[in-house]
Amino acid sequence: MSMNRRDFVKTTGAVAAIGAIGLPNIVLGQGKKVVVVGGGTGGATAAKYIKMADPSIDVTVIEPNKEYYTCYLSNEVLGGDRTLDSIKHGYDGLKAHGVKVVHEKATGIENKVVKTDGGEYPFDRCIVSPGISLLYGAIEGYSNEVAEKLPHAWKAGEQTRILRSQLEAMDDGGVVVIVAPPNPFRCPPGPYERASQIAMYLKEAKPKSKVLILDSKQKFSKQGLFTQGWERLYGFGTENSLIEWQPGPDAAVVSVNGGEMSVETSFGDSVKGAVINVIPPQSAGKIAIDSNLADDSGWCPVDKKSFESTLMPGVHVIGDACIATQMPKSGYSANSQGKVAAAAVVSLLNGNEVGTPSYVNTCYSIIGKDYGISVAGVYRLSEDGGTIAEVEGAGGLTPMDAEPFALAREVQYAYSWYNNIVHDIFG
Amino acid sequence: MAMRKTKLAFVGGALALGLSSGAFADGPTAKMLADTCAGCHGTNGSSVGPASPTIAAMDPVVFVETMQAFQSGDTYSTIMGRIAKGYTEEELEQMGEYFHKQEYVPAKQEFDQAMVDEGAKLHDKYCEKCHIEGGKPVPDEEDYYILAGQWTPYLEFAMSDFQNERRELPKKMGKKLNAMIEDKGEDSVKTLYAFYAAYSDFKSSDTGDDDDDDDKDKD
Repeated sequence: MSMNRRDFVKTTGAVAAIGAIGLPNIVLGQGKKVVVVGGGTGGATAAKYIKMADPSIDVTVIEPNKEYYTCYLSNEVLGGDRTLDSIKHGYDGLKAHGVKVVHEKATGIENKVVKTDGGEYPFDRCIVSPGISLLYGAIEGYSNEVAEKLPHAWKAGEQTRILRSQLEAMDDGGVVVIVAPPNPFRCPPGPYERASQIAMYLKEAKPKSKVLILDSKQKFSKQGLFTQGWERLYGFGTENSLIEWQPGPDAAVVSVNGGEMSVETSFGDSVKGAVINVIPPQSAGKIAIDSNLADDSGWCPVDKKSFESTLMPGVHVIGDACIATQMPKSGYSANSQGKVAAAAVVSLLNGNEVGTPSYVNTCYSIIGKDYGISVAGVYRLSEDGGTIAEVEGAGGLTPMDAEPFALAREVQYAYSWYNNIVHDIFG
Repeated sequence: MAMRKTKLAFVGGALALGLSSGAFADGPTAKMLADTCAGCHGTNGSSVGPASPTIAAMDPVVFVETMQAFQSGDTYSTIMGRIAKGYTEEELEQMGEYFHKQEYVPAKQEFDQAMVDEGAKLHDKYCEKCHIEGGKPVPDEEDYYILAGQWTPYLEFAMSDFQNERRELPKKMGKKLNAMIEDKGEDSVKTLYAFYAAYSDFKSSDTGDDDDDDDKDKD
C-alpha cells in the first residue's frame, strides 16, 4: 500500500508527462489523492466522511499506532468505572469504508508530499489532525522520562494505565496533586472532571486522602457547576473536602522533582504528593510544528470555512491543533471540524465551491455517580469569515441547581454521546 | 391540522424548487447541518444508544415540531433545547427532510421476551390509533410517531416527562394512558417498552374496542 521513493518518482514522472500532453487540471481527473496525517478523532472522521461522500477519492490515513485510546472518558478509567479497553478503538471500520491505513510516523509535509519513517505519500489535498504536543520544557524537571513517574495522562493509553495503577497503589491519606495547565489546552473541563473522578474513587476506597489541584488559571471551564457538584458530593469548601483547588498565578507549578515527589509553585511553595499528575502547557502536535503549519502561538492558523492552512495551501489542519477561534479543543469539535474539512476537500477536488459550514460542540463531564453536566455550542462562520462564532442565544451550560433525575440523565447521554461519536469516527 | 398542511406545503415547495439538498440562500446544505447531530444521535441519525434516540426516518413535520418544542422549552430537555436554539426553522425543515430519508436501524437492545405478546395487545388497544403500524416508521405515510425499535431508556425518559408535566401530554394520549394504567397497573408501560424493543411483526386486531372518537366533540 505504501509508496516508496521510487514509486513516487514514477508517479510524479507520469503526472508530468500527462501535464505535457495538455490535460487541463490533474485534480479533476482520476486518482484524486487525500492523505490524512493522524488517525485520531479529527483525522479518522475526515477520512471516513470523504470516502462516504466520494468513494472515488483515494484516502490514506497515516497513524503510527494500531489502536487509538480516546482521551474523552479516560477520566472514568482513573475513577475506576471504566476499563482501559473500553476506550480503545482500531481501524478495521475505516478500512471497511475503503480508507487505507498506514501505521507509520509522519516526519514532514512539503511540496504536496507527506514523508514518513517508511515512505512518501504524494497528495492533492492533505488533512493534518495531529492533536497536541506536551511542552515538557515549560516545567523545569519535567520530561518524557519523568512522565513515567509523574504521568500527564493527557494522551490516553499507557499513561492512563500508569496513573490509575498509582492511585490504586497509594496509601490512604495521600495527596493526589493535579497540575492544571494554562489556556489554551486540550479539553478545558478535563482536569476538573479528572479531579472529580479521582475524588469519587478516594471517597470509596481511600477516604482520608484528597485531590489538590494546583492551577495556572484563576478560573476554569464549567467552574460553577463543578464547584456545586464538589460541594454536593465531596465536601468542597469544608475542612474534610476531598478536593482542594488553588488558583493561579500563585499556584502555577514551575518545576517538578520526581525523586522527591514534589512540585514547586510560582509563589515558591514546595508541595509533596503521593501521586502527581502533571498536565503541562500544550501546542499543536509535533508534525504540525515541524512542517511549519503553526504560527508563533504554537497553534495552526486556518481558513475557518475549509480549515485549509493559511501557511501551506493544499493542507488542512483540524482538531486540537488548529485555531478554531470560539470552538474549544474537544473531541466533538474535532469530529465536527473533520466533517467540515471533508466536505471542503471533496468540493475542491471535484472543482466545486466550498459550501457553507455548520459546526457543533457538546462536552460532558461526569462528576460522580449519576451526576453529569454538559456544555454545548452551535457555531457558524462569521460574516467576515474570520471567526467560528457561537450562535447567540443557543448552547451553554447545564443549569445550576439541576435536579438529580436530570443529572443522572446527563450521564446516560454522556455514554450515548461516547458510543455514537466513536461509532461515527471509527465504525 | 391546518398548521400541518401549511408546513407540508412549504416542505413540498422546497422540494419542487430543488432546494431540498439544502441550498437555502447561502446556508449550509441539509447534509452539513444533519452531520452535526451524529455525535450524539449516530451516523445518519441511527443511534447506537443507550439513551439518545434514533432520529433517522422520523416524520419530517414531527421532527420540526419536536425541535421547536425543545427550543421553546415546552418540551423539557437536558441538552437538546440548548442545541436546538442554534438552528432556524428553515434549517430544521431541511434536517427533517434529510433524516426522513435515512434508513431506520432498530435499536439492538435487551428486553423481556415474555412481555412482548402482552405488550402487543396493549399497544393495539391503547396506542395504535396514533402510533400506527405498531409504532414503526412508515415513511410513505404522513403523521407517524416512531416507538418501535427506539431505545428503551429514551422512551422511559420521554414517558416520565409526559407524566410529570415536563412535556405536553396530548389529551387523547393522556386519556389512553390513564385508562391503561387504571386497568393494567403502573407497570403496564414496561410491557409496552418490551414490545417496542422487540420490533416484532405486528398486526392490528382491529377489534374495534378503540374509543378515541368519544371525545371528538370537545376537540
